[in-house]
Amino acid sequence: MTDPQGSDQVNVVEARDLARDYDFGADRVHALRGVSFDIPEGDYVAIVGPSGCGKSTLLNLLGAIDQPTRGSVRIHGESVAGMSDRNATNFRLRNIGFVFQRFYLMPTLSARENVELPMAEAGLGKSQRADRARELLRYVGLAHRERHRPSELSGGEQQRVAIARALANKPAILLADEPTGELDAKTGSEIIALFGRLNTDGTTIIVVTHDEDLASAARRKIHMRDGLVVDP
Amino acid sequence: MRFALAWSSLRRHGTRTLLATLGVAVAAAMLLDMVMMSTGLRESFRELLLSRGFQLRLAPRGTLPFDTDATIENTTGIIAKLRANPAIVTVSPVLGGTIHVPVRGKVVTSAALGVNPLVQGDYELLSGKDPKGRDDIVANDDFLRATGARVGDTIEVSAGYDPQLRTYAGSRKMVVTGRARFLYGAAAQLATAMQLSTLQEMGGPDRRDDSSLFMMKVRADAQVESARAWIERAIPEVSAISTSSALAQVDQRLSYFRQLALILGTVSLFVGFLLVTTLMTVSVNERISEITVMRALGVSRMHVVQQIVLEGIVITIGGATAGLGLGLVTARYLNGILSSFPGLPVAIDFFLFQPKAAWVSLGLLSLSGIAAGVYPSYRAASLPIATTLRQEAIA
Repeated sequence: MTDPQGSDQVNVVEARDLARDYDFGADRVHALRGVSFDIPEGDYVAIVGPSGCGKSTLLNLLGAIDQPTRGSVRIHGESVAGMSDRNATNFRLRNIGFVFQRFYLMPTLSARENVELPMAEAGLGKSQRADRARELLRYVGLAHRERHRPSELSGGEQQRVAIARALANKPAILLADEPTGELDAKTGSEIIALFGRLNTDGTTIIVVTHDEDLASAARRKIHMRDGLVVDP
Repeated sequence: MRFALAWSSLRRHGTRTLLATLGVAVAAAMLLDMVMMSTGLRESFRELLLSRGFQLRLAPRGTLPFDTDATIENTTGIIAKLRANPAIVTVSPVLGGTIHVPVRGKVVTSAALGVNPLVQGDYELLSGKDPKGRDDIVANDDFLRATGARVGDTIEVSAGYDPQLRTYAGSRKMVVTGRARFLYGAAAQLATAMQLSTLQEMGGPDRRDDSSLFMMKVRADAQVESARAWIERAIPEVSAISTSSALAQVDQRLSYFRQLALILGTVSLFVGFLLVTTLMTVSVNERISEITVMRALGVSRMHVVQQIVLEGIVITIGGATAGLGLGLVTARYLNGILSSFPGLPVAIDFFLFQPKAAWVSLGLLSLSGIAAGVYPSYRAASLPIATTLRQEAIA
């Protein structure tokens, strides 16, 4: 659980020889060809590279929403590869926070209810989750919008609600797939600032992005090309 | 939270939810009506036969259930024979006939029953008195309306009409002593009742000791079927039928009704099922990305299924509840039409509400609503998360 340099820093993510193949009819596509890296706790990593290089595939494997064809992933020391659906679901609920490019908020729920959703699934009591949802919305600067539905929020506000939702169950890592992809430059920079603040406050963040500003804000970049890490 | 999500999802497409609920309501109403119809006629007939406590009926051989033209002679002798059996506690002879009453230059024709008012089981007195005197008569409202007579009035009554001679076998002035509801009377049928001996006398010499039917009560601890068998042995010129065997005959004759009700009921159930399945499938397909994101966030497959099934349950229970009211109103309307069928006792109901049957049918519909939500939701919750999110993003 220490990094390759042998320091005492604990690794949250340990990926070893990760490969993922997809079958499209008779063709087999090698989306990931054997990727290995560690990410220590509290790090802020941007995975960058051209479209189709395997960034999102890698993020999906780290987030336990897909299974590798080969190799292993350990999150907080727990092996994710080969987990049953039930275990993977429970693992995601308690250890992973997801932020998507298109926000994917529940359109019929208010901002606060959206943030409460993972907590309700985790079995948190009504008042506890309402308190934490308010606290998180305050953290992302949306305390005054807690009763608004997604359709009543701007893109940036929706993404901030999605970030609050991702933090609901105090995950080990926050995974973000092109979190600024749907936002204008100004709103995107607000989200980048929020990620920076989150990381400063101790959250381990891994983002997949084409956004140079977002990638530059990260402490470390992992460059990918053709399913391989080219400069870990 | 699941209920809040389910409820908000239903409200999101309010019109569609309302239309689906109405569709289920119509299916539920039809299902309820079919269940009511499948048992209603039989139960109604049973209630009618048992309403006055007579368990045995006796009629000229081959004429059951009732034929006013066929009569049994020697009523006095038959009553004596029947009373000789200690199992038989009450004998109520009935003679059916037709009477004619002149009213303002016209003649009103009515059905007439000759009964023993002390033990009769054919009418229910609504007001006034039983026809205890030889010249007393009770009549139903249709008769009173047609003749313009009221309780206490005296009317001219003739019986035993001979169409060739155009004469009556007997005529007399009678006093209307009461208003009655005739249990076996058809809708709008004019009906009266008087003493058995009066109608026998008015029918002429041939009818002096005739009856059309005997109704009997059997001692509580006696076997009805044994009494019935004894009667058929002791009085070979009559047929005896117990209420249970009459019901068995009714059952046999109504079997096509039940089959029809069963088929239509099954169709209604199936339509309700298809309706909810279609709605759930459309709704789930629209929300594939939401469902996949929920799964990515850590919501279990079971909880996704529960939430969507909950939506199906809300629609089904809402529709079933509305269908209960709609079904009762429809049944009442249809019953009104069918009950006016000529020759059918007005007391017979085609649709009889039986709470147990209603709950069973609505329970079946609710179960089908649950089943309808399971497949589409399970399918959606089982989609590979990463692939589905990628496809949704591309779409």
